[in-house]
Amino acid sequence: MINAVGRDIPEEILEQTGKEIFQGTHHFDGHTYKKDGPMTKCVIHSGGSKLVDSIHDVLVKCGIADGMTLGFHHHFREGDYIVNMVMEEVHNMGIKDITICASSLGKAHDQLGEYIDDGTITNIQSSGVRGKIGQAISEGRLKGLAIMRSHGGRVRAIESGEVRIDIAFIGAPTCDDYGNSRGIGGKSNCGVLSYAMVDADYADKVVAITDCLVPFPNFPAHISMTKVDYVVVVDEIGDPKKIATGAAKPTTDMRKLMMADHCTQFVINTPYFKNGFSYQTGVGGASIASTISLSKVMKERNIRMRFGVGGLTKAMCDLLINDQVDVLLDTQDFDLAAVESVKNLNHFRISAGEYADPFNKGAVVNKLDFVILAALEIDVDFNCNVVVGSDGVITGAQGGHPDTAAGAKCTIVISPLLQGRIPAICTAVTTVTTPGECVDAVITDYGIAINPRRQDLMECMKDVDLPFTTMEELRDIAYSIAGAPEKVQFGDRVVGIIEARDGTIMDIVRQIKKD
Amino acid sequence: MDIKKPAMSGTLESCDCQVTVEPGSGGVDLTLESVVINQYGNAIRQVTMSTLENLGIEDVRITIIDKGALDCTIKARIEGAVFRSVEQFDNIPWGGAVRE
Amino acid sequence: MNDNKKRLRRTMMFLNAQSPGLIRDPYIYKADSLMFDLEDAVAERQKDAARFSIYHALKRIDYRGCERVVRINGLDTKYWKEDVRCVVAGGCDAIRIPKTERAEQVKVVEAAVLAAEQEFGIPEGRTLIMAAIESARGVIKALDICEASERLFGIALSGGDYTKDLQTAITGTGIELMGARQNMIIAARAAGVQCFDTVYTDLDDMEGFRNDVKTIHLMGFDGKSIINPRQIPIVHEIFTPAEKAVVFAEKVVREIEDKASKGIGVFTVDGKMIDIAFYDGAKRTIALAKAAGTYKGEL
Repeated sequence: MINAVGRDIPEEILEQTGKEIFQGTHHFDGHTYKKDGPMTKCVIHSGGSKLVDSIHDVLVKCGIADGMTLGFHHHFREGDYIVNMVMEEVHNMGIKDITICASSLGKAHDQLGEYIDDGTITNIQSSGVRGKIGQAISEGRLKGLAIMRSHGGRVRAIESGEVRIDIAFIGAPTCDDYGNSRGIGGKSNCGVLSYAMVDADYADKVVAITDCLVPFPNFPAHISMTKVDYVVVVDEIGDPKKIATGAAKPTTDMRKLMMADHCTQFVINTPYFKNGFSYQTGVGGASIASTISLSKVMKERNIRMRFGVGGLTKAMCDLLINDQVDVLLDTQDFDLAAVESVKNLNHFRISAGEYADPFNKGAVVNKLDFVILAALEIDVDFNCNVVVGSDGVITGAQGGHPDTAAGAKCTIVISPLLQGRIPAICTAVTTVTTPGECVDAVITDYGIAINPRRQDLMECMKDVDLPFTTMEELRDIAYSIAGAPEKVQFGDRVVGIIEARDGTIMDIVRQIKKD
Repeated sequence: MDIKKPAMSGTLESCDCQVTVEPGSGGVDLTLESVVINQYGNAIRQVTMSTLENLGIEDVRITIIDKGALDCTIKARIEGAVFRSVEQFDNIPWGGAVRE
Repeated sequence: MNDNKKRLRRTMMFLNAQSPGLIRDPYIYKADSLMFDLEDAVAERQKDAARFSIYHALKRIDYRGCERVVRINGLDTKYWKEDVRCVVAGGCDAIRIPKTERAEQVKVVEAAVLAAEQEFGIPEGRTLIMAAIESARGVIKALDICEASERLFGIALSGGDYTKDLQTAITGTGIELMGARQNMIIAARAAGVQCFDTVYTDLDDMEGFRNDVKTIHLMGFDGKSIINPRQIPIVHEIFTPAEKAVVFAEKVVREIEDKASKGIGVFTVDGKMIDIAFYDGAKRTIALAKAAGTYKGEL
């Protein structure tokens, strides 16, 4: 069946998953449903602690069994040890057929490739997969279907009961013996625990794993004891150097600086750039450079940002330090500066649900003015691909891309025209993750294309001296320089689905063809 | 032209390719490794064949390790290796055997 | 005469002809001229390979209006002759001769360029020449060099080698370059050709760079050699006439033309004394603004 972005979703997949095809970003606006609560085991007796000696013991206590769904967060990014520690134990206990429901997985979890091959893990649900896991899925070695969700989409899936997490493991930089967990105060700080909050609220069993046990009460708790069943203390929850990296030096790459400059010029010429505006951007060199150049214009014109949100880096936190923004809303901290900023009075932690869930009564992304994103590929219909490399292997993550693109009044995607020899601007993306209807402008090193759906933005830019062009022209230039790329050859078997925010199917990923 | 001895041109830097030619054993024997093999593998093979044809080379073992080079770079590296193998550094047939 | 001889050349960006990643699309930074280097940037053992790279780049890549200049190897090497054949066949716009000290050298290159144009079917006269002056003797002979060929559009100072020849060094103060700069701009203007200043290598000192560019602009230079795209916007900003200057120039041109028909030779414009001597300069200002794409008037 052809969906709203022109992708053909096979009937078998619709039957197998019970899902509908994607029918437009606002298709489910106003939809009502009942949320599904977790099984809760009361703790009435006084005294005692929730401490359990080892991961093995806590798995036994939680009744780990074949076929269970385990939840994990990715606040420790490439420095995470939690997923591997737990899954190694699960594997050693001979458990099979596990579904991993992680907010994301990365190269740090390459070890899981082994467990996929031997049937310990048969299903994976994640915002993204990289490295060996991505390869394993693309090569068809995962028995079940991989489901790729955005940050907001994961919360929706859990709260609506579509996904039931049997045991959630929450890596906690600090924790007390009763389960009050915080993202700061320990030796491997990640700042916030936003992605884990829905796990704590909805998983049947919740286990906090920490390497820094602190005296009760560990307040203000980022995750409350009332939701935690057990606490395990380990030597190391992760590698601090990879959890919160040193702040990246601002780029000196002229190409990125040029695109960042154009981005700022574009932003300031939209009607949304005025006192009290809101803004989000990512971690790329061009994104950070945009923030820095925007802050200069804000200073010149005496314009104040009301709130910044995201995935935060030093560049955003500097806005707070320099009193150019009222508040920061934090879903994840990418560098030490961001972790440090969590202590600031105007730096607020928000849950992934508050951030981006499309199925609650209204999340932050709906209030966003600007979001500056990147992408692996963008096609002439403005559809973005952030998950599947143009060699067909799953290699990226949805993250908050579709969420913020859907919510923001002005969605800008920055990308160089060519990534190596590969055209980033193409006729049709390998896989759609963010639908073109949500993307308003694409900024490349060869020019800027505004989505024809946004005649209002085109009107604003009439007299602005920027290199405006069309996506078709950009694509033609890319193909004339690098040659038109051949479409990657896929096999028949569907190995993964790209789930839209609302749970419908945006696109499918097939197994790559082996020569 | 005949390949007299092994020769190499190019580097493994991003956007470049390394081409090695050796005397062949009848025909063009191409081994291609590329970071964009899926998207441009056939295009690279085509460029290689036509460049060798222009140079009048029918018998060669050629190895290309590609890091995302454009057609013009691939041609340049093949020609560089070939002319090194026949030790010709002057009076290159620009616009003739060496052509767009 | 070749129409391109007097084109706008505020910035000339150096690029290593051997580096595929760099020569692929440097034009996005919008330098007026691109200078592909076959000389110092390319190792001895790669001189041959670099030629194939530059030939195909010149033939295939669309540089979108940027002038393509190639620096060949010195006349004291065994490489320069084949360099000329290669880049003329490739269709480059100009050749830069390094280490020029005598008019004779320009004539030798000119002859080789002509022979190559004939050999490869390039329209005769299409390939321009510029001379890099890198020594004391070159500075002294600047006028001879400027007048050595109809194809020669300008001379450029190579400060690093020049200061070594003087037995001093680049200090950032510009004192060590004064003699060369002064002599060269005077010679270039006397011969009616363009003059370009040397590279500024300290990329961390953009303030110093800006001051350097302001200085040479006031001295009358036509442009500067660039080693990093970051330097380009600064040079263009300083070398492009400000709107006020353009408006004034327009008034000057109009007034001179108007007053001439009335037989009046001296008058004031905006409180400044103007006579016919100001005409060329005012026209040049407008031409510069036009070439830079900032002119919005009708002259």
